[in-house]
Amino acid sequence: MIVGEKGIRKHLWIAVFLLPSLIGLGLFKLLPILCSMVLTLFRWDLLTPPQFVFMQNFNNLIADEVFWSSLAHTLYYIAGYVPMVIVVGLALALVMNQRLKGVVIFRTAYFIPVVSSWAAVALLWKWIFNPRFGLLNYILGLIGIYGPSWIFDPLWAMPAIIITSVWKDLGFIMTLFLAGLQGIPEIYYDAASIDGAGSVRKFFAVTVPLLSPTTFFALTISLIHSFQVFDQVWIMTQGGPAGATAVLVEQIYKNATAYNRMGYASALSWVLFLLVFSVTGLQMIIQRKWVHYD
Amino acid sequence: MIEREKLSNPKAATKTLFYMVLILFSFFMIIPFLWMISTSLKLNQYVLSIPPRLIPEKITITNYLRLTEIFPMTRIVFNSLFVAVTMTTGQVFVSSMAAYAFARMKFRGKSAIFLLYLATLMIPFQVIITPLFILMRYLRWTNTYQALIFPGIFNAFGTFLLRQFLLPLPRDLEESAFLDGANHFMVYWRIILPLAKPALATLAVLAYMEAWNSFLWPLMVIRDTGRMTLPVGLATLHGRYLTEWNLVMAGAVITVVPMIIVFLLAQKYFVKGIAQSGLKQ
Repeated sequence: MIVGEKGIRKHLWIAVFLLPSLIGLGLFKLLPILCSMVLTLFRWDLLTPPQFVFMQNFNNLIADEVFWSSLAHTLYYIAGYVPMVIVVGLALALVMNQRLKGVVIFRTAYFIPVVSSWAAVALLWKWIFNPRFGLLNYILGLIGIYGPSWIFDPLWAMPAIIITSVWKDLGFIMTLFLAGLQGIPEIYYDAASIDGAGSVRKFFAVTVPLLSPTTFFALTISLIHSFQVFDQVWIMTQGGPAGATAVLVEQIYKNATAYNRMGYASALSWVLFLLVFSVTGLQMIIQRKWVHYD
Repeated sequence: MIEREKLSNPKAATKTLFYMVLILFSFFMIIPFLWMISTSLKLNQYVLSIPPRLIPEKITITNYLRLTEIFPMTRIVFNSLFVAVTMTTGQVFVSSMAAYAFARMKFRGKSAIFLLYLATLMIPFQVIITPLFILMRYLRWTNTYQALIFPGIFNAFGTFLLRQFLLPLPRDLEESAFLDGANHFMVYWRIILPLAKPALATLAVLAYMEAWNSFLWPLMVIRDTGRMTLPVGLATLHGRYLTEWNLVMAGAVITVVPMIIVFLLAQKYFVKGIAQSGLKQ
């Protein structure tokens, strides 16, 4: 290849535009990704030189009860959070999709928790869940229910975190569904009406199939996010009481910062990646059966 | 047309029911925020009261004043603003330059490099935090603004979002500019960026929100309260004044209000960006 003056100048311009991003991404994303893979094979406390242990970190992980319980708690969180946020989010979107006056105000109100910081939201709900002085148990008391100790009770701590998370993300899921609903061409409803379909029939014959790409997207996104649950757990319970809300990312954080187990923390993070990856992959396969793209 | 009206105008009874559902949920969404504000305006002796009162007996701004005295709150607010603004500016700038290269320039290995960018999007942030944390220690960046800002600037998502926007723009725009002797930077700055304003705004609000609300990463690299941003500062404040909920809620108000204001001003871009990308805090 002959590189003339013009060719050099062209490559110079490409370098000017691409290199800042490429170098940054290389240093702060690609390099850490590679290092993280390599680190899984080592034991390293940052004080003494790293020791090659091959698969030992993964063996330890499999034998570690804390890992299994944090996985179980993460799955518990997902099992509570995902169905609730999807069902309520969809229901609200359906109501909002009726052309009612003033809907914009409601949409804005529901969206405010989405943009609020998790730190503030988690602290707010920690206060609301306060067994003695909190708002929730007071309201429950008004209708004759003696509320539990919530985040201080191993049985109720995870439900409290799930409620908080649904509250925060409801506006987000609702927005996704609302955009999906508004994307359904009216023509299909008109056609269904001509065929004599009632509103229930229309919902199942038109809305459900045509909304399925959105449902798939919302489901995938909320699953990915909920595997990574951390902020609210750390602030509300720090994994307690008695380890009842210890989740995967919290274990990664603790191993990397408090226990100085860099290799083990990396191994945990790749297990998290594999979980997210395989669940997403599985969904991609299953979706062929129920998601309709027209 | 008659059918259409039936669809979009539910009967009065259904309408009332719908409004009731919306209003009921508004209570569920808004009352916690009112409780936050109300608690932040209470005097110490009224916070732990039975029954709790949504409207304070006596309204006071003491908690806000005390925050600036017993805690480096002013500094923390400044840190949050500084980090969010520099990170957003950096990310928009770096991403749009790379997006320009990917969408408007021809070079060998372009698709391979782009694929590499996309691949990084599949890796959750938790995978890289351990090595990134070690890298920060080696660079002696712990407790610095750099540690908060730089890893956030370089993000394949922004490049991807803007590239998708730039790709379909017609070529003749820049071709006539090149004939007039313009160079790539002039085309990027004067022709492409102005056209990409909606996409840039979407990326900017998402980046700003991410920087403002980010928790796990600042928690790892910042120990010194003087360098903290609001979320970690707030968690630290709570750790010190466990039962003084009036103080903590005042901190929470300071944390959420600036973000809510930005949201109300740029609502369109938030909703669009979040609905498109599925990004949220």
